[in-house]
Amino acid sequence: MNRRHFLGHTAAFAAAPIVADEKQTRVIDCNLHLGRHPNRDLPQVDSAFLSKHHIDQAWAGSFEALLHRDIAAVNQRLAVACKHQPRLRPAGSIHLLLPAWKDDFNRCVDTHGMNILRLHPSHHGYTLDDPSFTQLLELASARQVLVQIVTQLEDQRTQHPLTQVAPVDLKPLTEIMKRVPSARVMLLNANAAMVTKTLQGSTNLWLDMAMIEGVGGVENLLKSWPTEKLCFGSHAPFFYWESSALKLQESVLTSEQLVAVQQGNAQALL
Amino acid sequence: MRIWDLHCHLSGVAGLTPEDRLSELLRYADRVGIERLCIYMGMKWAQDPTPDDLVKQNDEVLRALDKHSDRAFGFVYLSAKHIERSLSELERCVANGPMLGVKLWVAQHCNVPEIDPIIARAAELKAVIFQHTWFKTNGNYVGESTPDDLVALAKRFPKVPIICGHTGGTWELGLRAIRDQKNLFADLAGSDPTWGITEMAVRELGADRIIYGSDSGGRSFASQLAKVHGAQISEADKQKIFCDNLRGLMLPILEAKGIKA
Ligand SMILES: [Zn+2]
Repeated sequence: MNRRHFLGHTAAFAAAPIVADEKQTRVIDCNLHLGRHPNRDLPQVDSAFLSKHHIDQAWAGSFEALLHRDIAAVNQRLAVACKHQPRLRPAGSIHLLLPAWKDDFNRCVDTHGMNILRLHPSHHGYTLDDPSFTQLLELASARQVLVQIVTQLEDQRTQHPLTQVAPVDLKPLTEIMKRVPSARVMLLNANAAMVTKTLQGSTNLWLDMAMIEGVGGVENLLKSWPTEKLCFGSHAPFFYWESSALKLQESVLTSEQLVAVQQGNAQALL
Repeated sequence: MRIWDLHCHLSGVAGLTPEDRLSELLRYADRVGIERLCIYMGMKWAQDPTPDDLVKQNDEVLRALDKHSDRAFGFVYLSAKHIERSLSELERCVANGPMLGVKLWVAQHCNVPEIDPIIARAAELKAVIFQHTWFKTNGNYVGESTPDDLVALAKRFPKVPIICGHTGGTWELGLRAIRDQKNLFADLAGSDPTWGITEMAVRELGADRIIYGSDSGGRSFASQLAKVHGAQISEADKQKIFCDNLRGLMLPILEAKGIKA
C-alpha cells in the first residue's frame, strides 16, 4: 500500500477513505475475540472476515473466558477453532482466582502450543498487585510466552448493569515488571491517559491501539510512546474493525511507523 | 461518498486560538474524506455555563468560522438555565450571524418547560436543533438529559426536527426510546465504535433518521466514521447517514441565508 502517497495526490476532502483498498498492507491484528459475547450478537471472526480486512494473522482470545468457570474447556475450544483457521493464533485465557490455574497455564502452553496468553483482571476480579499475577509473569517469562492484559472491554457508561467492571488499575505494573524483567506484556484496549500517566519508561511493555482516541490520536501517542511498542489491534468484533484501520489513515505517520505498527512490531514479538 | 460531520468541538485539539484549532481539525478531516464540519462550544467548557460564558464560547466559534466559512458550520451554544441570554445569543449568532444550528448540552434537562421559547424561536429561524443525551449505566450528570427527556420535549414540538445527541450513548436503549417519536434524529457520535449501532439504527429508525457525527477533537474521526463505513448496510444508506440527512435538515436555513453547500 501507499496510503499516504495516495492521499497526497488526491483532492483534500474528496479523498474517499480506503478502508478496503485492495492494495492495503496486510496486518497482524493483536486484539480480537472469538466465541459468544455475553450480551451482544457479534459477527464471527472467520476466514471471510480475515480476508475482507486483509488480516494476515489474528491473535484471538475468547469472549467465553469472561464469565465461564470451566476455562480449560474454553481454551480447548479456542485451540480447536484456531487449528481450523491458520491465520488465527489462539491467546488462551488464565483466570488467576480459579483453583489450579497453573494447570491451565500448562495446558495452554504444552498441550495447545500457545505462546500468547490473555488475562481479564476486571472480569475475573483481581488487581495486578495480587501475588498470582507476579507468579504468572514468572511462568510466562520462563516459557517465553507473551501476556496480554485486557485493560477494559467496554466503556463503563454503556456496560450491562449486571456485568459492570472498572478498567484495570495499571499503577502497580511498572514495579511488578521490574521484579520480572524478562516478562513481556501487552496491554489491550488501554487509552492514552492510562499509559502516559503511569507507564512511561516501562520496558518490555507493548500496547495495541483499539482505544487510542482523539483527533490524530495515534500520531499524538507516538510523540511520547515508542513506535516499536505499539501494535495494530482492532478489538473486533466488539468494535467495527474499520476503526483502527482508519486511525492509521487519520494520523500522519511515516511509512516506517506504519509498517512497524501494522506488522513489524507484532512479528518481532513472537 | 460525501461526508459532513454533525458533531465537532474546539476542545481536545491542538492550537492556541479557535481558528488554529479548527484548521487542525480540518487537516485531519481532509485525511479521512470529510467535507464539512459542524462546530459548537468553545475552547474551555463548563457543565453549567454562566450567561457570559455562553457568549464567550460562541464568540470563539464565530472567530473560527470567520476563517473557515467554506468548510465549517456553526451551532450556537445555549442553556435552558439562562433563557434571556440564550434568546439574545440566538438572535446574535443565527438570526443576525452566520450560525445555522443550536447546541444544548448538560446544564439543564431538556424536558423542562423553560426551554420552549428557545425551541420555538430556533424553529422559526429554521435552525438545526441538537440536544446532547446519554443513558449512562453508572449515572448521568445532574442536568444531563436522557433520550426519554428529549422525547418529552419533542412531543411538544412534533413538527420540529430535533437531533438526539449520541443517541443516548447506550444506543440499544436510546434507539428504542426515540423510535416512535418521528421528529427525532439519531446522532451516531461520541460513543465507542461498538459493532451493531448503525445496523440497529437502520433497522429501528430507518436510514433517513440517522446522522453521522464524530465528537472530535475528543474522539478520532476514525472510530466514528467506522460506525458507518463498517456497517452492514447499503451504500445508499451510508450516503444518507454520512451527509444527505444532515444536509436535508440544513437546506431550509442554508437557502434562507443564501449559502450554497
Ligand atoms: Zn460533543
